[in-house]
Amino acid sequence: MKSKLLLITFILISTLGYSQMLEISGKVIDAKSNTPLIGVNVEIQNTSQFFKTDVDGSFKFSKVPAGSKLIFSFIGYKNYELKVTKSQKITIEMEAASEALEEIVVIGYGSKKKRNVTGSVSVVSSKTIDELRPINATQALQGTVAGVVVTSGSGAPGSGFNIRIRGISSNGSNAPYTLIDGYEGDISLLNPSDIESVTVLKDAQASVYGSKGANGVVLVTTKMGKKNSKTKVSFNSYIGFQETTKKINVLNATEYALMLNESYANGGQALPYPIVNGLGNGTDWQDQIFKKAGISNKDISVTGGSDKITYSLSASKIAQEGIIGLDKSGFDRSNARISLGFDLSSKINFSTNIIYTDYNRKSLNEGGIGSVLFNAINTPSTLLPYDTNGEYTLVPATPGFGNEVINPLAQIENTYNSYNQQRLNGNFVLQYKPISEIKITTRYGFDSANDVGKSFSKRIDYGNSKVFNVTNNSVSQKATRFSNYTFDLFAEIEKTLLDNHKFKLTLGGTLFESKGEGLFATGFNVPYNSWEFADIALAGPPTFVDLDLDPNSLPKPGVATNGSYKSTPYRRPSLFTTLDYNFKEKYLVSFIFRRDQSSSFSEKNSVAYFKSILGGWLVSQEDFFNKEGIVNFLKIKGSYGTLGNDIAPANAYRSQLSGEAVYVFNNLLTTGGVAVGTIPNKDLKWESDTKIDLGFESKLFNNTLEITADYFNNTRTDLIIGGVPISGINGGYAPGSGAPSVNAGKVKNSGFELVLNYKNNINDFKYDLGFNVTTINNEVLEVKNSTNYIESGSFAIGQLAPTRMEVGQPIGVFYGLQTDGIFQNQAEINASPSQNLGSPTSPGDFRFKDINGDGVVDFKDRTYIGKSIADYTLGFNINLNYKNFDFIAYSYASVGNDLIRNYERTENKLNKLNYILDRWTGEGTSNSVPRVTTGSSSNNLFSSYFVEDASFLRIQNIQLGFSLPKNVIEKLGMSKFRLYGSVNNVYTFSKYRGFDATANTGDAITGGIDSGFYPAPRIFSIGLNVNF
Amino acid sequence: MKKHTIIKALLLLITISVTISCSKEFINEEAPYSIDSESYFNSESEYNKALIGAYDMLQSSYINVMLGEIASDNTLSGGESATDVIGIQQIDEMAHTSVNPNLKDIWNWMFAGVQRCNYIMEFKDKTDFTGKNQIIAETRFLRAYYHFELVKFFGGIPLNGDKRFDVNDEKIIPRSSTAAVYASIESDLQYAIDNLNPVAVQSGRATKGAAQALLGKVFLYQDKFVESAATFESLIATNSYSLVSNYNSIFENAGENNAESVFEVQYTDAEGASFGCLQCSEGNVAVGFNGIRNYAGPLFDSGYSFNVPTQEAYNAFETGDNRRDVAILNITTWAASNTGVSYGTGYKHTGFFNRKYIARQGDSNVGDQNLTNPNNYRSIRYADVLLMAAEANSRSGNNAKGQEYLNKVRDRAFGDTNHRITVSGQALTDFIWNERRLELLGEGHRFFDLVRTGKAAGKITGFTSNKNEIFPIPFEEIQFSNGNWQQNPLY
Repeated sequence: MKSKLLLITFILISTLGYSQMLEISGKVIDAKSNTPLIGVNVEIQNTSQFFKTDVDGSFKFSKVPAGSKLIFSFIGYKNYELKVTKSQKITIEMEAASEALEEIVVIGYGSKKKRNVTGSVSVVSSKTIDELRPINATQALQGTVAGVVVTSGSGAPGSGFNIRIRGISSNGSNAPYTLIDGYEGDISLLNPSDIESVTVLKDAQASVYGSKGANGVVLVTTKMGKKNSKTKVSFNSYIGFQETTKKINVLNATEYALMLNESYANGGQALPYPIVNGLGNGTDWQDQIFKKAGISNKDISVTGGSDKITYSLSASKIAQEGIIGLDKSGFDRSNARISLGFDLSSKINFSTNIIYTDYNRKSLNEGGIGSVLFNAINTPSTLLPYDTNGEYTLVPATPGFGNEVINPLAQIENTYNSYNQQRLNGNFVLQYKPISEIKITTRYGFDSANDVGKSFSKRIDYGNSKVFNVTNNSVSQKATRFSNYTFDLFAEIEKTLLDNHKFKLTLGGTLFESKGEGLFATGFNVPYNSWEFADIALAGPPTFVDLDLDPNSLPKPGVATNGSYKSTPYRRPSLFTTLDYNFKEKYLVSFIFRRDQSSSFSEKNSVAYFKSILGGWLVSQEDFFNKEGIVNFLKIKGSYGTLGNDIAPANAYRSQLSGEAVYVFNNLLTTGGVAVGTIPNKDLKWESDTKIDLGFESKLFNNTLEITADYFNNTRTDLIIGGVPISGINGGYAPGSGAPSVNAGKVKNSGFELVLNYKNNINDFKYDLGFNVTTINNEVLEVKNSTNYIESGSFAIGQLAPTRMEVGQPIGVFYGLQTDGIFQNQAEINASPSQNLGSPTSPGDFRFKDINGDGVVDFKDRTYIGKSIADYTLGFNINLNYKNFDFIAYSYASVGNDLIRNYERTENKLNKLNYILDRWTGEGTSNSVPRVTTGSSSNNLFSSYFVEDASFLRIQNIQLGFSLPKNVIEKLGMSKFRLYGSVNNVYTFSKYRGFDATANTGDAITGGIDSGFYPAPRIFSIGLNVNF
Repeated sequence: MKKHTIIKALLLLITISVTISCSKEFINEEAPYSIDSESYFNSESEYNKALIGAYDMLQSSYINVMLGEIASDNTLSGGESATDVIGIQQIDEMAHTSVNPNLKDIWNWMFAGVQRCNYIMEFKDKTDFTGKNQIIAETRFLRAYYHFELVKFFGGIPLNGDKRFDVNDEKIIPRSSTAAVYASIESDLQYAIDNLNPVAVQSGRATKGAAQALLGKVFLYQDKFVESAATFESLIATNSYSLVSNYNSIFENAGENNAESVFEVQYTDAEGASFGCLQCSEGNVAVGFNGIRNYAGPLFDSGYSFNVPTQEAYNAFETGDNRRDVAILNITTWAASNTGVSYGTGYKHTGFFNRKYIARQGDSNVGDQNLTNPNNYRSIRYADVLLMAAEANSRSGNNAKGQEYLNKVRDRAFGDTNHRITVSGQALTDFIWNERRLELLGEGHRFFDLVRTGKAAGKITGFTSNKNEIFPIPFEEIQFSNGNWQQNPLY
């Protein structure tokens, strides 16, 4: 089984007959990078003979007694032992310690041996990231970590991802606390290749980050150079194209015309298409807008180190076009990074790690009424994209077509915007080790960004009264900046008493501060009605000047509207201490205590204390345990602790005059008035989260199978709920006002996590299989307002909110009418409770359930008809290796989650999804899809009809790679040359009708409403990895 | 040596701990460039600024005006389809329930107006300066205006004196009786009459005349005819207002704040708006909603075809009445007599549009052109005052005054004196009521006139007596009150 840990190439050069003394020589290299390791200690066991490898990593012993053992040791690497039986020249591949059994895990202010970690902690290594090659590093957590769900608000290039650790506890932010090398930062903008590891703290282990740990903690460690290693250059590149994974099935032109005729006939109106012949299939608008789009990525890095200095430099650029609008929804990101470490003396080490990011993005209207996809679905297939003059066809501006439905191609063409962010983040770290038991770390991390954005509303006419008509063009620009820093000072003191009692005390403090400001301006009358001239420098006040009629008239100077903001500085000083106790490497106990203070709350509530206890028992260390049996390793662990969350809107406890107060006196807009803004809540305080975790980690069958299981139970109390609807008498509905933030909720998440990893080989065929499953049981325990629920979200136009956070239900439960088949005839209608929903009921209409049994169906009969939280989330990963070939497949799945279909516009003349072909057309024809009619009906009210099962299994990544054999590339001076082909987002198995079953806006309550999700593209790419 | 190092390290940690355990100023630093609401009202200008906030909510009453027509026999809901703004559709059908987004808006926005007035009232004694009475009087006028809207729509509502409502007051403060609400309105208006300038320093501000007119109206709504007549009499006697000769000119842009205007809600086209916050618009949202669907042609801009007059309303005008073609646009006739006219037919299309308040061409309409029309709402016109005075006199037995005021309005309508009314008693009152409908058609008064005169049941299809006189308290509010407030009867 050693072969699974080590790759040894034996090259026999000589045999020394019958001699007792053998000659051993060779080379020590890093198992992963194949670079020589300098200064490795090689000693003959139980002798004083040793050798340090030279600059080529080579070593030589001329006289080694047969049968003795050579021990190879090197800092940061796992020891390697070789039993000498014959003279030979050998290449030793040493594995870095982080990949070996004694994995070191970063768990907060410091790190621990993985076997001694008592909290629930998962690690995604650079190996996984290298394999997945995600565009956004967040995606590396998708399906690879139990208990972590990653969703995307949109598939558009450059859009963000949401990480949810062990369920959803808050109706507000559920994002985990994310730290890059110890400072608060944004993982999504990193170059994924710069990441060494991502650690996820899921339970009370996170409480060392007390105030911020309630949603879990994600710790990103970026790559550093290694001491005494030769310069290694790594170059990676891929290029590919993208396409949509799905088109929604809508009616073709003939089907559309027939359906319209039927609905008009049912509504008692004249047929709009007396002649249907010859319409054919018409225009497939989705074919018109979905394009094959390009993607390319390249990154290069240089790492290495001497005995006092380490370095790692890298640069990367990724560019991705959108599958809708190509460049118009494209993004690119360039990163540059420098990481340096110096031993200033034997006791002091200084390191720095600076990352620069330049990010550009353009976007189209997406995700809702008026979005490009929405228009593509709803525009009738009878319309042609272009008229005979080659101009974009207008969607008629007559009733039945919807005021917002326009030709999606014209919409893409006329969308102009740009966004650029330049970001600089990094840290400076000074570590001082006065004596071997004490380490003091001072760390200053910073993150700052400058954003500029511009959008241009072109003067355009899509036909009378279309909402996208612009009579007076305008350009809006903004420039914002924000910055924060995280300053840490802490000491780690280690002491062993009476041989077996190991203590480690960590104490210190952190100060976090953030602030931001911005300027906004809008100008009108952009010259030539053109993006090229769209800048407030050339624009003027809103009084309309028709430059087309009078091109010589200069635009009037001056900018019409402008604004600015400056945030209240947010500060959070913290003090913390942890005490770890380890008895004989068998019994482990940790205590964590932290005091936090936050600017989010008024003076009386600003301070909070968090504490937790964690314990572990390494059963396999006990004398009675037979490690050579089936079970090779077993650890039982548990934790209990409290954590907090202070994410509240800025100044939520203050009553500010930030309301809108504008009126008209003397026929002039009179600004400068004041009004109370958001209703304040002086009593707002910290959310607190109690986390319980019980679990075990084990290794079986010669360490080939790893099984980890956890039970967790988290209860969030005093949930800060923003904008809690309150009575209108308080004035919260005035312009610029709003409802207060209140500690008004309690949510429980409990469940199980199971992780299985199996790693083995059959000769040269190595395989590595991973599986994880998480169950989540989410329940809202309390909503402290008189209704016991909070509702939000919108369905269609002007309907009641379809989603809720309600006591006794999972957060984001869907709330609407429950259909109970279709009325087949008038007799059935007469025999049923009357439907008092604002429209008369006819045969072919839905029968809604009279839930409260009062004999009348009305809005009081709404009930719970679905949920967006999955019952199970799963991940499956396969990793195969045969000689020079490698193959990976990553997939993830979600079971039991629903989505609300909200991308259909129920206007008479707009296109429909083709499920409507199965509609009711007379007694017995359908019991699920209602009749079509232009008349008034209640069929479009939010009901279970619009709720669909969105369970899915997605094959996220398949990759086949081929590496040139070592003997070939070594001649070329390379240590690695690998070519691969990869398909991302390969296929999604799901019954869901919409574009993407993974659709989720990320909002806790309204996340399950699919308003026309921009689907994540399928990406085909070929790539290259070269190491020198 | 070793000990020394440890002590040094610990000292360093203590230093940082002390630095980090921070003062209030460090943690709760003042928000930059913002003002705390509870330490305001330190100067005259600060009172004035808060008063602008109190005026601001008037603009959200556009929906009150629309529903005052749509709920009546004057107009139908219209719109695009049977589900287009469902709240409006249901009210037209008299099928509205307590779940109605538009009624909820009226409750929320009018109470926001009350709250903004009481923000000033709560601090009315904080700082003294000359001219404060004028500010307080304007504030109380506005509070009366908002309270009157609320009592018209919902009946009795909670009152909290000169204090703002606090969170949870909805569970404690009961709904006052309708009479108590009216008493509060009368007291506010009496104060306003005593303290307001007769002439506004800026157009758009409340005047003494506006307060008198509103008080007379409030009396009339309570059938206090003698008090009403007396109040109107003192207003008419000032000769501050007169009827403009050309009825048509009143509703055009040039006719804003004219000699006939007693109180107008002011709007402008100079600031953008969005559907996400209709109450934030500085434009008259009703105008875009009322507009001709998919219109192209001269004079008008298109809109959403809500609030469409009925054939019956069109026919109600006598031959020779100049007001019909000002109040109602007959789109068929218009299209026939103008070139290049095209339009769409929306839901419940009647061929008529509410011409006084549909979009005109030539406005800047910054942002969404349907939401930023500048047409002021002529809330109280002198013609309205005359007709109310006529009614109060007629119903309190003064036929001569009743005839006099009624005929002033009729003379202008027909451009002659041949259409004067000479009857007395109930017949005169009936004429006055009918005249109100014709004179004020499209201006949001009809439903409330029908209700207060007991005529609603006969005129409004689907109207249920002893129920539909007032609208239901929003469903959510009943829940918020946790049993403190009872729903209006039969809802």
